[in-house]
Amino acid sequence: MYEKRFDGREFDELRPIEAKVGIIKRANGSAMFKIGDTIAYAAVYGPRDLYPKFLQNPKKGILRCNYNMMPFSGTGDRIRPGPNRRAREISLVIEKALLPVVNLEDFPNSVVDVFIEFPQTDAGSRCAGICAASLALADAGISMKDLVSSVAVGMVDDKIVVDLNYNEEAYDHVEGGIENAPVSDIPIAIIPSTGEITLLQMDGQIKKEDLFKAIQAAKKASKKILEVQRKVLKEKFTAENGDDNE
Amino acid sequence: MIMNNENTKKHILKYLSQGIRFDGRKLSDYRNISIEFDVSKSAEGSAKVKIGGTEVIAGVKMAIEKPYPDTPDEGMLMVNVELLPLSNPDFESGPPDVRSIELARVIDRGIRESKTINNKDLCVVPGEKVWSVMIDICTLNDEGNLLDCAGLAAIAAVVNARFPKYEDDKVDYKVKTDKKLPLSKVPIPVTVIKINDYFIVDPLIEEEKYIDVRLTVTSTEEGLICALQKGGDSALLDTEVEKMIELGLEKSKELRSHLKGE
Repeated sequence: MYEKRFDGREFDELRPIEAKVGIIKRANGSAMFKIGDTIAYAAVYGPRDLYPKFLQNPKKGILRCNYNMMPFSGTGDRIRPGPNRRAREISLVIEKALLPVVNLEDFPNSVVDVFIEFPQTDAGSRCAGICAASLALADAGISMKDLVSSVAVGMVDDKIVVDLNYNEEAYDHVEGGIENAPVSDIPIAIIPSTGEITLLQMDGQIKKEDLFKAIQAAKKASKKILEVQRKVLKEKFTAENGDDNE
Repeated sequence: MIMNNENTKKHILKYLSQGIRFDGRKLSDYRNISIEFDVSKSAEGSAKVKIGGTEVIAGVKMAIEKPYPDTPDEGMLMVNVELLPLSNPDFESGPPDVRSIELARVIDRGIRESKTINNKDLCVVPGEKVWSVMIDICTLNDEGNLLDCAGLAAIAAVVNARFPKYEDDKVDYKVKTDKKLPLSKVPIPVTVIKINDYFIVDPLIEEEKYIDVRLTVTSTEEGLICALQKGGDSALLDTEVEKMIELGLEKSKELRSHLKGE
């Protein structure tokens, strides 16, 4: 039975969050999002001309996301640099998670590039990446409908937990666990204002009822993440008020 | 935004003739340098180095591997540079391009040729098991002089590294020991730039575009030179080489002083 979380958190408690925008000066917009020991950096370049030219669409632009772990950022062995199958898939789902809020029709023939990098991870990297990317897009002044917030939820033994860390993801259910089922890990991205879900994945095993509960837990947690995101954006743009950095 | 045209070069030269740079520095001044250690918990050693607005993070990962047949009792060292597209609008994802290969190889040579790490001390079982030390350098923001920043970050991460726990043929990356890497020297690269007849260090990205020649001088604390790399399209006189090396050696002391925090 999973009675108490490894790091002492409540079951619905997020790890400590830190966020900052404008951390990469050369980018049009950028952000750092830290949740527990997972740190994501995101940088936005664009809208800029899209090449090869045949990809250009006069009606709307494209959003291109690139998820990459720094070679030393894994929990175990070194990660070979460059795109692998996992990173490609995650890049794709992150793109899809952000697309619903980005007004692509506002930048025809162009591309908005989002680069997401991790110097250290402790599970939940794609979610942290989405939170950082969403902040970086806003920081870049890209036309958007809303922010996106993201967190992983899951089931460890009989408990629904929010924001799993690596130890929980890798948790071996001890004997006596009721379900005897593997931990389920469910990354979710949400547009908190509407409650729409833009990313939903899962591995492990979970019952339907528990899944529904887990999604509700994610919705609740995403509101807390949104608060932090809004706060850092407000801070930056209040501070900048009046001076022309562009 | 960073402008690049012929007028930029005129302005750079006009400033240099008065002994100053765009940002008010003297020709042989570095921008502010800062080093932060332990920036990645997942790495065995790590450091973030800032030189002005240029920012680089380096991490060391260690693993047990089979040694090369010709050096059965020596560990391995590898340096890799990732010019991340997040750090500069001109960098693209994909396989390393020639710029990152050159950076990595110059830094690698500095560490290898100075015998910074005694490779024999990395041997666990001769012919079977040795430690490999992999240094990855990732760029975060490129506002010029990546090489010096990357070189300092690499050595800072190496100085910061601690062996992970190794027991029963298994590496436990979660547990770090107190054991540091066996270091005998600390090599530091300094890149000296020539624009027209001016010699400068720590170029801004605007200045980098108009470089005639660059010479990277890597040296140890005893003042031994352990790697050199010339770049740029022009040639150098021997007197100019001497001058650049002198300047490189002198500036390395300043860069070295920032490593003291570890």
